Parts: sequence; C-alpha cells; structure tokens
Amino acid sequence: MNLGTSPAIALPAVGDPASRNGVLHRFHHILATEPLTAEQITFLLDQAASFQEIQKHPLKKLATLRGKTVALAFFEPSTRTRISFATAAARLGADSMNLQAESSSLKKGESLLDTVHTLNAMKPDCIAIRHSSSGAADFIARHLDIPVINAGDGTHEHPTQALLDALTIRDRLGRIDGLNVTILGDIQHSRVARSNIHLLGKFGCRITLCGPAMWLPRELDQLAAPGSSVRRVTRIEEALDGADVIMTLRVQQERMNEPAFPVDDYVMLYQLTLERLALARPGALVLHPGPMIRGLEIDPAVADGPQSCVLEQVTNGLAVRMALLFLLIGVSTESPRTETPDTPAEVTAEPNKDSTHASD
Amino acid sequence: MLRISNGRVVEPSSGTDASLDVLIEGDRIRMAAPPADVSRAMRDNGKTCETLDATGMIVAPGFIDLHCHLREPGGEHSETIETGTRAAARGGFTAVCAMPNTRPVNDNASVTRAIVERAASHGSVRVWPIGACSLGSLGESLAEIAAMKQAGIVAVSDDGRPVATAKLMRQVMDYCGSLGLPVIDHCEDVSLAAGAVMREGETSVRLGLRGMPAAAESICVGRDVQVAELTGARLHIAHLSARASLDLVREARDRGLAVTCEVTPHHFTLVDEDVGYDTHFKMNPPLGSSEDREALLVGLADGTVDAIATDHAPHEPASKAVEFDKAPFGITGFETALALAIEQLYLSGCVSLMRLVELFTAGPARVLNIERGITPGAPADLTLFSLDHEWTFRAADSASKSRNTPFDGRTFRGAPMVTVVGGRTVYQR
Repeated sequence: MNLGTSPAIALPAVGDPASRNGVLHRFHHILATEPLTAEQITFLLDQAASFQEIQKHPLKKLATLRGKTVALAFFEPSTRTRISFATAAARLGADSMNLQAESSSLKKGESLLDTVHTLNAMKPDCIAIRHSSSGAADFIARHLDIPVINAGDGTHEHPTQALLDALTIRDRLGRIDGLNVTILGDIQHSRVARSNIHLLGKFGCRITLCGPAMWLPRELDQLAAPGSSVRRVTRIEEALDGADVIMTLRVQQERMNEPAFPVDDYVMLYQLTLERLALARPGALVLHPGPMIRGLEIDPAVADGPQSCVLEQVTNGLAVRMALLFLLIGVSTESPRTETPDTPAEVTAEPNKDSTHASD
Repeated sequence: MLRISNGRVVEPSSGTDASLDVLIEGDRIRMAAPPADVSRAMRDNGKTCETLDATGMIVAPGFIDLHCHLREPGGEHSETIETGTRAAARGGFTAVCAMPNTRPVNDNASVTRAIVERAASHGSVRVWPIGACSLGSLGESLAEIAAMKQAGIVAVSDDGRPVATAKLMRQVMDYCGSLGLPVIDHCEDVSLAAGAVMREGETSVRLGLRGMPAAAESICVGRDVQVAELTGARLHIAHLSARASLDLVREARDRGLAVTCEVTPHHFTLVDEDVGYDTHFKMNPPLGSSEDREALLVGLADGTVDAIATDHAPHEPASKAVEFDKAPFGITGFETALALAIEQLYLSGCVSLMRLVELFTAGPARVLNIERGITPGAPADLTLFSLDHEWTFRAADSASKSRNTPFDGRTFRGAPMVTVVGGRTVYQR
C-alpha cells in the first residue's frame, strides 16, 4: 500500500562497497558515539547523505524495509526524536510500534526489562529506546538480540543527535576535521554534549565547553579523544572567540537534587546574542538540538538568522535515522547470506538489490 | 574431641606461627601444641577423638565479619539467617555482625531476641546483631540500646545511612560509652550524596551517572571524629572507602582517640573505572578512585585499618536487573572475601600472612573489645584456609539466596577450606 512511492526514484548506492573504497562497516547496535572510529562515523555520514536526497523528492516513501518493524520505546517524553524515528521508518516502508511513557505499563510498576521483553515478543526487527536513565540502551542491548538504537539515555549519550549535527556541519562547512566547536549550556547533564564531544573529538576538533562553573566538572577535560582537545571556559566571550561552530543547549531550569540556576543570570551571562555571535568566526554555524527556548539560551534574532542551522538539523535527523535503520535491518531475508538471530545487523554487500521501490 | 593435625597455626594475638596441632574438647579449645604434646594429652585423657587433617592449611582463629546484612526479618526473599550464615561459613566466617536495617528495624530488644533465637536454631555460624542507634534508624530519637545490649547486640549503627545529626551522634556516643558498646557509622553527607549512584570522577562524567565526591564520606568522618573526641566514646567507621577518610582516622588515632575502621574486599579490589552499567558494581559507598584504593592498601598494611568487613548485601536478582540508577546498592561478599584478600593483599606482597589473619580475627575482635585466640578455654571457633587452592567462584553455586556479585566467574588462588564453630565443623570444602 505504498501509494506515495514511485519506481522513478532511484535509490542512491547506499552501502555499496565499491563506492566506499571497499570499506563496509557493520554495526550491531548504535548505542554511543564514544566507541565509533572516525572512519565509521564518516561511513555513517556518507550513508546518511544518500538519504538526504530523498527528503527533497516530492514522493518520499521507499519500500526498502517493507515488512520490517521498528519498535519505538520512548520512556521519556519526546516529540521530535520520536517523530523523526517514526518518519524515518515510514519513509523506508517499515512499520513502527510505539510505546510512550504516558501510556506505558511502567506507570503500573512493570520493570523496564519486562516492558522491552514484551515489546520484543511482538517481534520487531530493531528497537530505538529513549530513557531517562544513563545506560538504559546499553542495558537493553545486553538483554535483547535485536539491534538497539540509543535515542537518548539519561545524561549519557544521544548518538543520533551528534550524527545529525555532524552531517549538518559537514554540509555547511565542507568538513569536520579540526574545527573549533563551542558548546554552551549545562554540559554536565547533557547527553547531546557528550555525544558531540566524543564524535567531534575523533576528527581532531578543538572543543570549548562553556557555562556556569557548576555545570562544567573538570573531568570533562578527560573526555577529549586523542588528537583533540577539550577546554572549559566560564566566560562566553572567551568561549566564542574563533569558534567555527556554536552549539547551544537547552537550559533545563529544574533538576532533581539541585538548586535551579537563576534564569536572569543565565540570560545575562550565557545567552547567545547577535553581539556575542559576532565574536565567533564570520559565518560560524549555530546549532541547537531543540526544543529551543527563545529568549533564554538563544536570542530569537540568532535562532532565525542566516547562521542558524536549526531546521536543517531536523531534516538531517531523518536522513541519519533512515541510514541507521537501513544499515541495521536492511537485509534481504532471501539473500543467500541470510541473517542469523545472532547477526541481525549484518549488511550484505549488495543492499541495492533490496532497496528497490515498492511497485504495488 | 576433635584434633586438627598437620596444620600451620597462625594466631595474631600471641604472634604464633608454628606447626601445631589443635585439640578441641566440646565447644572449647583444649590446647594448641606440638603434635607429640597433643598425643600425650590425648593418651592421658583417654577419650575418643576424631582427627581432621589440615596438611597444607593455615589454622587461624575463627574469622569475624563486622558488617553484613542477613535481611531477616523482612527481606527473606533476598536472604535469611539460614542461607546467609551458610554462605558465611563457606567464606570461613565463624561469627557475623548483622546490621539492623531489617524490616522491622532492629531497634528494640524483641527484634534482637528474634534474630538471636533464629540464629541459634537455623544459623551455621554465630550471629552477633548490631542494634540501631535511633528508632527506626530515622535519626530522631534514641533506640532502647541498653535493652538491646541485654538481648545480645554487640554494637550500634544506623547503617545504610549516617547517624543523622552531630547532636544525635553525641547522645549515642555518650550513652554507648557508658554501656561499653562501639558506635559504628556509615559516613555520608547525604546532601552531597543525594541522587548519586557512583563515585564522582572521570568515569561518572563519562557514563553520565550521578557521582558523589569522596568528600561526601570524609566530611562525615570528620564530624564523627570530633564528636568522639568530645565524648571519649569508641567510634568505628564502616566500609571506609576514601583516602581523605583514612587520613582522618590515622590522625585521630595518633591523637589517642578510640577510632577504628574497616575496609571491604570490593573497595581494596575494584575502582570506579571498573563501573560500566553493570548494577553488580553499584554499592554504597561506591567504588573509589585508584588513589583511594592505593591508600586503602597502605592502611591495610600499616595497621590503620583494623578489619576487613564484607558488607555482604544480598539483593534478589530481579531488583538488580534494572537501570543502573534504579538498582539498590550492595553486593554479596561472604564467599569471596578471603580469596580476594589473599589475591589483593597477601599474594601481591602488600601484607604478611600474620597481618592478613589479623584483619579477619584479632582486628575485628579489638573493635568489639573481645578476645580472639587459639588458647585453652577459648571458644572453638577456627578458620582453616589454603593459600594455594585454585578454584573458580560461581555465583550460581553460592549458598546465599542472592547472586549480586561482580566476582562471578573469577578464578582464585587461596580459599577457605574448613570452618569450625563451637567445635562443630560447619563447612568443609
């Protein structure tokens, strides 16, 4: 019933080893950016780039994953990430199963493990999980034999966000290597910051973390990948000087076990204004993972200005998530090299064969 | 009568390290002497005698564990006095001090009596209850400590949490000083530790897990030491994990204060870097930094640390099969304690055999102000162990009801071989 698809759309040569200098990377899960190599990340971004084209086409639906099911287990309220995953699955022709915190049986006291085992018993081909506990995706991956995508775990990582950020940066600036990247806000509690520190570090970026001192634990310095650097700065003017990319984070005003940071102080000291933006390199990019609070961490004039990449990030999020879903479960069951339950993430060397469009 | 022959007796209180036979009559030790002397005594006595061949084994006074959770009453799905003491016997312990955070809390004599009676009828080893300092361990009003003492407690503690305020601590110490009971504190500044699930440091930042700084412990140790000075009471710091805390204890002792401390096998074996998201590495106090571990090893060697205590904290499997930040704190410890001590302290050259034995026997006895020796008339509690027996610990084979250990599958050299309590062999490997 893929009425919106057209055989006229040619799927790009995703995963074609020949077009990637013979390098084919396999992923069982996508849990974090920390363990990924620069080569693997580049491969993922190249795959995602192929899916960017599809977002521009009037008819966007493929049948690549027809018959596959993606479980979306969102134990923490989320709008954009959940919709992005659901849309990515739909555009690849996959069905999705939706579990949302508000309606989940966790509210009734069921354990996370029982809940995901229940979901798994409905035989999804992979699961994307968002959870407020750091390590939740890792925990699930140890207990399920289907691929797990971390859609954000506590204050640990949000790898798909970092990948879409990297794709956005690469599109705009033509490279990632060696950039000066400044991340503004509550670094300590940000999974987006961690995933970006790890990912960008693999490309030798010089990363500056800026925010109130209590949100900048000194151990963050030790997250720097070899060949990159992480420094902590409490003055925004110093942090923005020479920045190629500025990532603003959402400021959560209330945190468990912690006094709230005074909002007026935050605005005064750390809001990204046009005047402050001028301290960065000309044409420096402004990214925000959303949801964005105008007038708090970011001046609306910056959010809507030409340097802002906020909406591109959202579009690129679809491409990244389509690429990941394709790589993790886009394998033909009729392939002579059929998948086994142990290696569901295996990508065969000829994915194009399975990527033909629905003709029905 | 029971004759333990061909063993190497290592007894710290007298400094004995010799090939002696030990003769037990009833529940008491009759003598520890060269084999010929023991044979002569037996001939004179004329009674029949069983012999236990301890060739290749160390014969030590019975091990005492100052810190464990037997979960009974109230937590029998995780452990009972029966299963917990069976695990203790397998670990070479002949007496274990049970923390009062049961349900109900051991804050009155009837709970104490129930524990003592249950231990007498179902326990493999001696159970010495520790009473709560405050009613319900809530930190508000004093528990009936004298009545509990009469019923059998050997110390007081609000373990699981610190004694809430300096004022209450002063009252408890004043009172316990007059009763002759040590006060054991779980040192933690609860405001600094709120919500934390591991030690603060690079690993906590990397994992995105909330950390508590080492100061959360040492701030409270500092408070307690000063209250001990104010009252002159005996203070024992439970499961000490941070270098700064150890420095405070050392300094207090140098000033002549009656301050003692214990260290757990997991804190001298593991560090915060070992924490992934495996909930079997989640305990309180959390695993410290490498520098903390190094400091603990120094303290274990130089005498600052009085005892190795397990903090055996069983939790049923389902309660640990959850997200890291939702899991309860604690790991089991009886069956791996000695093997870890041999591995980390003795075979590594950190402590002598005599000191190793002291940390399990004379050390904890000193904390409780009791004697622990292999002398005529002493209770016949003995721990026989090997320094070279090779074995693999399997959590599934544990005598505990719970399986929450980070040491499942670990291969050891050195093991408890025979445990004798009151002249009765309660465990034999």
